[in-house]
Amino acid sequence: MELTLGLNHYLILAAMLFCIGVMGVLTRRNILVIFMSVELMLNSANLTLIAFSHYLMNATGMVFTFFTLTVAAAEVGVGLAIVITIFRNTESLDIRKLNLLKN
Amino acid sequence: MDSQTIVFAIIALISLFSGIMVVTRKNPVYSILYLVLTFFCFAGFYVMLGATFLAAIQILVYAGAIMVLFLFVIMMLNLREPEKMEGGTSFFQTLGFIVAGGFAILLLAFFVGKPGPGVPPFPPGDAAYALGDAKQLGTLLFTDFVFPFEIAGILLLAAVIGAVALAKRDRA
Repeated sequence: MELTLGLNHYLILAAMLFCIGVMGVLTRRNILVIFMSVELMLNSANLTLIAFSHYLMNATGMVFTFFTLTVAAAEVGVGLAIVITIFRNTESLDIRKLNLLKN
Repeated sequence: MDSQTIVFAIIALISLFSGIMVVTRKNPVYSILYLVLTFFCFAGFYVMLGATFLAAIQILVYAGAIMVLFLFVIMMLNLREPEKMEGGTSFFQTLGFIVAGGFAILLLAFFVGKPGPGVPPFPPGDAAYALGDAKQLGTLLFTDFVFPFEIAGILLLAAVIGAVALAKRDRA
């Protein structure tokens, strides 16, 4: 059986990792772990971009990944500041405590 | 199977394993450490795809900076009890599993039913591997993409100011 590494392998792997990230966001209650799952999803999207970039022999996808990295870094900085603020107010990282609008 | 395929398979298995570990560990510190492993695997993929500069950036920025930030935050928050998993899974968690599974099936079904040769080969030769080195990317960044580059700088400045403003303890 001839098995050469190709575009689809990378795309399928990125899809799997993205779905793991989706599962983490939807099922976890710790806001930090939800954050990490978002990072995982961002990275799998990056992997897709780079695989296409390599396949099409066009470096634009890699430049776009560079900007995605920038946005991710900014997002983590602000997001963790918000997490600290939330923890200061509720003494917990549980997102179920954040249902003030409900009551 | 050539050596590249074998390396890809090994790194892919490690990354899937550590990705699952990230979302299933109760203690967020373990999640972070597995996430670092996942990011190293991603850096390996980037090297295999010729994006050597991005692989270095991945390790420096993600594994180096962002993950240390996460660890610092956990240390600062001084968490006593880990997340409680007991009490059964709630309705929304079950719904989350179903939605994630359906999404996975949807994404993977795209690849299964395709006619023709399922795996397009990568372009031969070394030209594709020279795309992602620092010289090429830097040239692109400072010519074609110089305006987005400036915008990214402003975004980072805004993020720094926002983070400091949010995390400051005694606000006026």
